[in-house]
Amino acid sequence: MQLVLEFLALSFVQDVLKILFILLLFAMPLGTFMTLMERKWSAAVQDRIGPNRANIGSYRGRGLLHIAADALKSIFKEDLIPRGADKFLYTIAPFFSFMSAVAVFAIIPIAGPIGDFKFQVTDVQPGLLFIFAITSLGVYGAVLAGASSNSKFALFGGTRASAQMISYEVFLGLSLMGLFMVYGSTQVSIIVEGQGEHWFGLIPKWGVFTQPLGFVVFFTALIAETKRAPFDAPEGESEIVAGYFVEYSGMRWSSFMLAEYIAIVGVAALITTLFFGGYQVPWLYHWESAPQWLVTLLQFGKFTSFTFILCWFQIQIRWTVPKFRFDQTMALGWKKLLPVALLNTVVTAIIIVALA
Amino acid sequence: MSEESSESVESIETSEPAETSAVINLVRQEHPAAILSTHRHRSDETLVLKREFIQPICRLLRDHPDCQFEMFVDMTAVDYLLVETNLQQTERFEVVYHLRSLSKDHRIRLKCPVPENDCQIPSIHLLWHAVNWYERECYDMYGIHFEGHPNLNRILMYEQFQGHPLRKDYPMDKQQPLLELNDVEERYHYGRFE
Amino acid sequence: MSTSELTTISAEELKPIHLPGAIIPAPPEESDTSIMRIEIGPAHPAMHGIVRLTTYLDGEQIVGMVPEIGYLHRGFEKESENSKWIQVIPYTDRLNYVSPVLNNIGYSMAVEKLFGVEIPRRAQFARVIMGEISRITDHLTCLAACAMEVGGFTFFLWFIKAREYLYELLEQVTGGRVTINWTRFGGNGTDFPDGFLKEVEVRLEKVQEVIEEGDQLVTRNKIFIDRMKNIGVLSKDRAISYGFTGPLLRACGVPYDIRRADPHLVYDELDFEIPIGEVGDSYDRFLVRMEEMRQSISIIEQAIDKIPYGPVMTRERYLGYPDKKEVYGSIEGLIDHFKMVMEGHHPPAGEVYQPIEGGNGELGFYLVSDGSGDPVKCRVRPPCFNYVQAMPELALGHYVADVVAIFGSINMIGGELDR
Repeated sequence: MQLVLEFLALSFVQDVLKILFILLLFAMPLGTFMTLMERKWSAAVQDRIGPNRANIGSYRGRGLLHIAADALKSIFKEDLIPRGADKFLYTIAPFFSFMSAVAVFAIIPIAGPIGDFKFQVTDVQPGLLFIFAITSLGVYGAVLAGASSNSKFALFGGTRASAQMISYEVFLGLSLMGLFMVYGSTQVSIIVEGQGEHWFGLIPKWGVFTQPLGFVVFFTALIAETKRAPFDAPEGESEIVAGYFVEYSGMRWSSFMLAEYIAIVGVAALITTLFFGGYQVPWLYHWESAPQWLVTLLQFGKFTSFTFILCWFQIQIRWTVPKFRFDQTMALGWKKLLPVALLNTVVTAIIIVALA
Repeated sequence: MSEESSESVESIETSEPAETSAVINLVRQEHPAAILSTHRHRSDETLVLKREFIQPICRLLRDHPDCQFEMFVDMTAVDYLLVETNLQQTERFEVVYHLRSLSKDHRIRLKCPVPENDCQIPSIHLLWHAVNWYERECYDMYGIHFEGHPNLNRILMYEQFQGHPLRKDYPMDKQQPLLELNDVEERYHYGRFE
Repeated sequence: MSTSELTTISAEELKPIHLPGAIIPAPPEESDTSIMRIEIGPAHPAMHGIVRLTTYLDGEQIVGMVPEIGYLHRGFEKESENSKWIQVIPYTDRLNYVSPVLNNIGYSMAVEKLFGVEIPRRAQFARVIMGEISRITDHLTCLAACAMEVGGFTFFLWFIKAREYLYELLEQVTGGRVTINWTRFGGNGTDFPDGFLKEVEVRLEKVQEVIEEGDQLVTRNKIFIDRMKNIGVLSKDRAISYGFTGPLLRACGVPYDIRRADPHLVYDELDFEIPIGEVGDSYDRFLVRMEEMRQSISIIEQAIDKIPYGPVMTRERYLGYPDKKEVYGSIEGLIDHFKMVMEGHHPPAGEVYQPIEGGNGELGFYLVSDGSGDPVKCRVRPPCFNYVQAMPELALGHYVADVVAIFGSINMIGGELDR
């Protein structure tokens, strides 16, 4: 028993446990659940029933079994590599997409710290700069997949993806400048702690209230960065069929899809952390005698529910609006989001200086 | 293409009201040698023309202020082989054009007999944009050559198709030879830019 | 967008079309390495029906396009020439398979014109009602597909749902949803069942609701407008020269509707407006079709008010089959029926061209009869033949993503295009 406790106290063991917990019990299940939720919610939007056929005996679980059925199907499907494709790049491309989607969770705190113990894999000092680095790594997934497939449609998807993702990187960074100024750091834990305060003891000092413009630009840029509708020109279902992953099949294809859904959760978690107070439950400071375990549970619940709502919101966007054309996506970025982000930075700076 | 044919065609017509024949009168006036016969059946006015005159007459019909057939509606051919009929065609094929005027609100049908052994007719693809594909289809289906057409290829059938399917002597159940695989590969090989 | 009654177009508006010359740009040289050739279709999600657009791209911009058709060619005309007159009707269902009633009506009217008979008034009204229902299904399908191509998947499924309401109506009368085989020479195969007209009104209300909902979802959506506006513009003159008809020509601003221009059935007794567009882009085509559905609903409502009682089939002996009672009850009836089935109809020798306003434009049937039981020639004039021919010009200079927006808005139906 003693040995086990000592083992658990080792910091790398704690890190591994945290990674396992956050990835296997939070991100992955939520991501896979998103696949079903998207289908179910789109069905609700479109006056359909949605998937409900997969069954074990007479048990159908309202379509829940489709998740398992889809996974099984794609595992046992033939994994094709098209003739003329670059085998090595073709094989590793899905991992880039998947890794960059998953790595976002490394710096997201899912509940408040208890003493020295943080519910966060790593609270690196550069903080959000890590996110920018990771998301730009995701470009390689799309570009390599597009370039190595030996298909013109895939090549189109790859080039579109690279141009779009590199452009939106800029607005992603710029839109957060104001946030950094307001909370005085790029480190995630400090930003989240800063959002725990209240104005007049009433309005929580969330990012969405301090940085409304930054929120809009960041959210838009992040959706574009993850190639979700309405910015899914790289996939371009109707004109370039499926874009950069048109030639993929089986589990490799599934990992692209799974990466997309995990990215949805990642976007939602990131937005919650930066703009909706992260794990901070508003007005909880009134209840000083709250037991620690309850507070942690409440924080986790708040974080999860906000993440969930934002996931739902992204799905709702996808099934409501049509898609941008590729050049319109770029025009929106460079002609509208860039000035707005710059303006936001300048105005925030002026206000901070004026108040100080 | 003789004058006798016009009389026999007229045997099936109803009478020709005076006010509707303005277009026909105009054509008769401008190109008296072109008209083989005219008739009006079920209120469809028809001009049967010599095929040599199809270009100038179409141009006249399109541009003349009394005609203004801006719209080329349809074009096809009819094969009268083996048809025991009182229509009594002198030639095997007949190319049929349908024109419509939006501003004058009238229609006209032009017909040009085309003999079997000299199966061609001047193309009018320069007069209306729509003609191009219709002439290709007509060539595809009947093997009638349109002189001066820029791209007279098959349109509905594939290039290797043998014969012309809408000719009456093309049997319903005729089978086409299978294509050699390398033909297909040659044609659909995309690697030319790579 | 404005609506107007059909007026004759003034001569100033329609300048004589000067020799246009070959406008399809020649495909770029194969050796030009800055040009990329991609094949959109024949197996491509946006090519509903089967058509191949060989597209030449400079970057993402289209510099040339060669459409290739014929993948769905089934030899409609050859089959028709080898069938009895009445046996052609089922084939016509397969032409424009989203508005089969209109094809049925067009062919039957052509044969009736050949016979020179007039059908009973109830049958005419029934054809108007069914035809307009069919037109709505056609437009619903087209708009749904068009919106889906630019990403409005929800809109697509809503409109397909509305289409289903109407297909169920067709099913009540004809027994089939798509391959309906409803009209006969001299009337209609079946009369409306009891309570059908009430049902029509109820369902039309539901359809109207869906249309308005879809209108709110998509029509004034900024992204949708950006995708559709000024895409695939064709000027009035060129559209006429290309032989555009129907909604596409009206979107270019020409109020040409065969229901008004060459009145058939009882359309001249009904009051409806002809919507026209201004520029002739994809967005105008969308709006024109949207408005036409509303007009069709109003036409159906008027027709329901005016429809008289009476037979739906002429009493002409040479046209309709005798009553079953007569067939089984009298030798004359039996002989009549036998001869009718074995020898078919015998229209008098002659030729007719009968245009009707199909869902997609002018649907014309050109028939030649030699007085025997088989057609000498049964030609159908497909409206979308001209549209696909104009595709290179419509798409030239646009981006590759616009191909689907244009292609969706011209509503190519493979069965009709390739016959």
